[in-house]
Formats: sequence, structure tokens, C-alpha cells
Amino acid sequence: MRSILRRFRRGTAPDGATADGATADGATADGATRDGAAADGAREGAAIPPIARADRFTNQDLLVEVSHGIGGHTGRLVMTTLGTVLGIASLVVTIGFAQTAAGQISRQFDAVAATQAVLKPGTANSANGDEVATSTLPWDSPARVERLNGVERAGLIGEVPIGELEITAVPINDPSAPEVLSPTLLATSAGLLEAVRGEVSAGRYFDDGHDARADRVAVVGARAAEKLGINRVDSQPSIFIGERPYTVIGIVDGMERRPDLLDSVILPLGTARADFGLRSASELQLRIDAGAGPLVAKQAPIALDPNAPENFDVQAPRAGSELQESVQADINVVFLILGVIALLAGGLGIANVTLLSVSERTGEIGLRRALGATRRQIARQFMVESVVIGLLGGLIGAAVGVFAVVVVALVQQWTPIIDLPMVFGAAILGAVVGLGAGAYPARKASRIEPIAALRAGV
Amino acid sequence: MSQAPVVELIDVTRSFPGPPEVQALKGVNLTIGRGDYLSIVGPSGSGKSTLLNVLGLLDRPTVGEYRLGGVLTAALDEEARAGLRAQTIGFVFQAFHLLPRRTVLDNVLLATLYSGVPRRERMPRAKAALDRVGLAHRMDFLPTTLSGGERQRVAVARAVMASPELILADEPTGNLDQQTSGEVMDLFEELNADGLSLVVITHDQHVADRARRSIRIADGRVSEL
Repeated sequence: MRSILRRFRRGTAPDGATADGATADGATADGATRDGAAADGAREGAAIPPIARADRFTNQDLLVEVSHGIGGHTGRLVMTTLGTVLGIASLVVTIGFAQTAAGQISRQFDAVAATQAVLKPGTANSANGDEVATSTLPWDSPARVERLNGVERAGLIGEVPIGELEITAVPINDPSAPEVLSPTLLATSAGLLEAVRGEVSAGRYFDDGHDARADRVAVVGARAAEKLGINRVDSQPSIFIGERPYTVIGIVDGMERRPDLLDSVILPLGTARADFGLRSASELQLRIDAGAGPLVAKQAPIALDPNAPENFDVQAPRAGSELQESVQADINVVFLILGVIALLAGGLGIANVTLLSVSERTGEIGLRRALGATRRQIARQFMVESVVIGLLGGLIGAAVGVFAVVVVALVQQWTPIIDLPMVFGAAILGAVVGLGAGAYPARKASRIEPIAALRAGV
Repeated sequence: MSQAPVVELIDVTRSFPGPPEVQALKGVNLTIGRGDYLSIVGPSGSGKSTLLNVLGLLDRPTVGEYRLGGVLTAALDEEARAGLRAQTIGFVFQAFHLLPRRTVLDNVLLATLYSGVPRRERMPRAKAALDRVGLAHRMDFLPTTLSGGERQRVAVARAVMASPELILADEPTGNLDQQTSGEVMDLFEELNADGLSLVVITHDQHVADRARRSIRIADGRVSEL
């Protein structure tokens, strides 16, 4: 009997009860049950009338209950949100600083590196192992590349081989004097000075006219000038390369990208070709617009030799965003991990406190169940409480993070760069943490047995 | 049809799977008519809690049949049972179970939250209920500032909010002194006189004796006194 009954326990209890009644009390109980069953259909609709949508437990009711649940314990709320605030704030600070720093770094790069490019003839190994150039830079290279977008100024440089010749200020043949290392001799086009951001500290740089006429003029780098004993050019001092005199018309300084120029004597290209038989320039220096690196790297070789652009090596800065991203990636990974750990700790904090609140409020939960709340409504209430706490922590954390980034950037005189979607995403992430943290406590709350809870007191 | 009893338990057994299997209720047959006034007494561990759970739709009988207001409850899902509970039964507990941070009025309104009382009726009903238990002047007080008797009267007001057919009172006077107990029981009896069925579970023989009908529960079995 029992085993049969057990099968009918839940959904089909009336049949089970009928069978039971039949054996226990005979016809009366059986009859009563039938009556009841007949009445059932009529009663059922009347007893549980459908509740109008507006009168059900709506989301608005839920939010009111949640706000009461959260608002009751201000001190505890502060402690609970603290973990999330710290986690979210550290995430925002990390990402914000990475972005700000990357912006700052690329700005410093911009000043020199990001606007300087160098183009050299390609090289190949010949049969006997020597390195030979596979192409030559045409003499009019500066004019060709300056027509390109993004190129501000260009200048050729060539090293002039002078063999045994010495460069001196005065041709004195003193066999007892110690041998001095003469400065190197370079030849450049007129635009080079601007292309490498040099400054004229005295006199002037030569121009295209000097170049075209192959005038015997020279410009001296600041350190070479010191060595040669030249400090002013208004007296038109001369230097001698071998026996040939050249008039010094200027002293140049600066040129951080080519500091070797400071130790050099510089001739116009035309002069070097005429006097020393210079066959070709060795490199082309370009000053370009910020961000024009990739474009120039692609177009400049074509401008120089449309048939074989691959025979030139170009060193041009990468695009700003690439630079930024690579810097950002380095900084981010470490701090992101730290932020995520802080966030996990925050989530555990919420889970803990919500769990505590569930066990403190067993009485309330039992009461709500007795008043007609379903398990799901109880679970939702605690879930939403936890999500709201998480969201609150996320919002405060995001605000704190943004504030920290801005303050530090102001102190450092940087430009704070903060991605707004990232900030909102961080706040939402707080809510997600709350959602995850609330799952277990909410489940536990929904499983509380009402009468047990209500008898426990409180 | 209106003559259908409020509560009808037919051979209700509730057993908790063991080992050893415990039968907290053994073949209980109990009928409570409309307007009945019933007290249930019994030592602790006798099955009072389980009976209260089953009566309050908070637990299901393992075997047997429970009709509440004529509705066969075994076939209902959890949500429908919660709805039926909210609309048919009002609970009063020994420990009052008022939310300490909500006002008296809020506490009474809480009963309407899940029971589907039309929104526009909620406030007037709550005020009327508080008026009826003589606490209209305490509406905006916090429960913590009230005396025990007053708190229990708030709980009674809350229990009648959803116009139930049955009041289940679990040791309603357990935390009250003799005189306040009497006042609260007077209140219950007034409600009963208005047609509400009243079930009082109690240890207190004085309280039990006031009921028109009294049953004893011992070792899961019910006997009329």
C-alpha cells in the first residue's frame, strides 16, 4: 500500500488520498473526496482570482524594499561598498594612468623621434664579402621628397674621404707639433640644417647658390670650431683642407639626431664634388610631420627611384597610436591584474556581508514568505540588494579613480587622458561583481524555511 | 458552496525521510469550519510546527489531502500556493516579527505587497486595520518604541490586511504578560465574532480554554478535547 501511495505523493495526491480513504474509512471518505473533487473545478477559479498586473509585486515594489534593506545599515553599507570602491578605483586609475602616461610618452617622442626620418641606400654583400650599395641617392633627392605630403624639410649628407689631408686653421708645418686628429669632413645640401634641427650659433649656413657654384665655403660644427680655434666668423676666417683654403661662413650647434655634425667641417655638396670628387651622398635626413612616418616611409623611396624603391632603407617613426598601444600594453597588464584581485576581494566582501545580512534577517525572510512572497521574490530581493551595493561601489570607485588620475596629472602637469566608456564600463563592472557576489546569499535566503525562521525569534 | 469548510485535512501524514524516517504527522483528519475558534495544544516536538507549516501552505503533506477554502492545494505550484497563502491566511507569531526600521504603518502595508490588494485600497485598509486594533495614533512610530501588547496588535492588524479567511496564531501570547495576553485574545475574539476562522497554537492553558474547540496533538496524532 505504502509504495503505491508514495508514487502518488505529490502531483496526484487526490487519487492517493482516495485510495487511502477507501481502505481506511470505506465509502464515506471516498464519497466526500468525490464531492470535493467535483466542487474543485468550480472553486478553483473563484478562490485564486488572477491579480491585476498593477497590484502584483512589481519591480518598483522590489526597489522600494531593496532600498529599505540597504538603507537601514549605513555603516555596514559603507564597509561593504569599500571593497568594490577600491577595486573599481584601482582599475580606473590603472587604465587612466596608462592612457595618460602613454599620451605623455608619445608627446615626448613627438618632439624629436616622431618627426625625424632617415633614408639610406640599400646594401648588399658582393661576391668577395664587401658591402656595396645597391643604389645611389640622386643629388636632387631633397627636392624630390620635399614635394611629398608630410615632409617638411630634407637634406643630403655625404662623407667626404680626405685621405692623408689635414684640416687646419693655419697651415703651419711644424714637425715637432703633436699630431692632432682632424675633424671629419662632411658634405651636405643646403636644407640639411633645418632637416636635423640644427641651429646657427654664428654666421650662416650655406645656401643652394654656394652649392651650385661650388664655392669654397665651409660651415663648422661647434666642437670642431673650438678645436680649430674659430669663435667668430665676421673676420672671415679660413680653414685649410690640405693646402686649399675655405672661408668659414658659420658655426652650427644643436642637431641632437646627428651629434657627429658638431665635430665636423661641412662643405656644400657641389664643392665636395668639384674638389674631392664625392660620388654620392650616403643618407637623406628628413624632418616630417608628427604621424606622417608610415606615409613617408612608403612614398619617399618611390619618389627617389620609382623603378626600384625597394633599394632604399627607410627608418621612419611608427604611427603614434601603435607607439601608444605598445607602451600602454606594458603598463596595463601588471596593474590590471592588481585591480582584478582588488575587485575579487571586493566581491567576496559583498558576498560575506550579504550572507551575514541574510542570516540576520531570517525572521524578515520568513515573514515575507508567510505574507505570500515566493522563493523567487526573496532571492530577487537579495540579488538586487547585492547588485545595487555593487553598482554603488562601482560608481563611487569610478569617480574616485577619475579624480585620482586628474589630480596626479595636474600635479605632474600632464594632460589627463581618460576613456569615458571605460569609466562607465567600470561602474557597470561593479554591478556585475555584485550580481556574482549575491548569487549564493540569495540562493541561501530563498531556501530558508519560513516557520523555522519565524520560531527562531527576532 | 459557501458552506465548504475553511480547512479540511484528510488523512494527512508528513514524514521526513530518515534514516530513521520520522513521521511528524500521522494520519491527521481535521476540519475547521468558517467562523470556528480552535486552539491547538501539545508538548514541543509533538508535531505542532509541522501542522502549522502544513496549514499555512509552507509545507506539503507527504500523504493525504489538504483543502484550503475548498481548493485542493496539492495540485498547486509554489507560486499559486504563495498567492493562496497571501490571500487566505493571516499569520500572527510569538515574536511579532515587525521590521524594526519601518514604521508601524509600513509594517502593516507589508502584508499587501505580495497579496495583490488593489493599490488604491492599501492605505485606507491599513489605516482602518490600525484603527480597529486601537493603534491609529501610533501609525508613524517605529515598532521598537511600542510595548509588547501594542506590537502584537500591530501584527494582528497586519494579519487581517489581506482579508484572510483564516488566522493562524502561533503562540501569540508567549511574549506577553497575563493582562496584555487577555487584551490580545479579546481582539482575536472580536475578529472571530466578525466571521474569521481562528486557530491559536499555544502552551497557555488559559488561552487554550477560551477557544470554543480545543485539540491536543501528541506524537503526531490529533485528538479532540
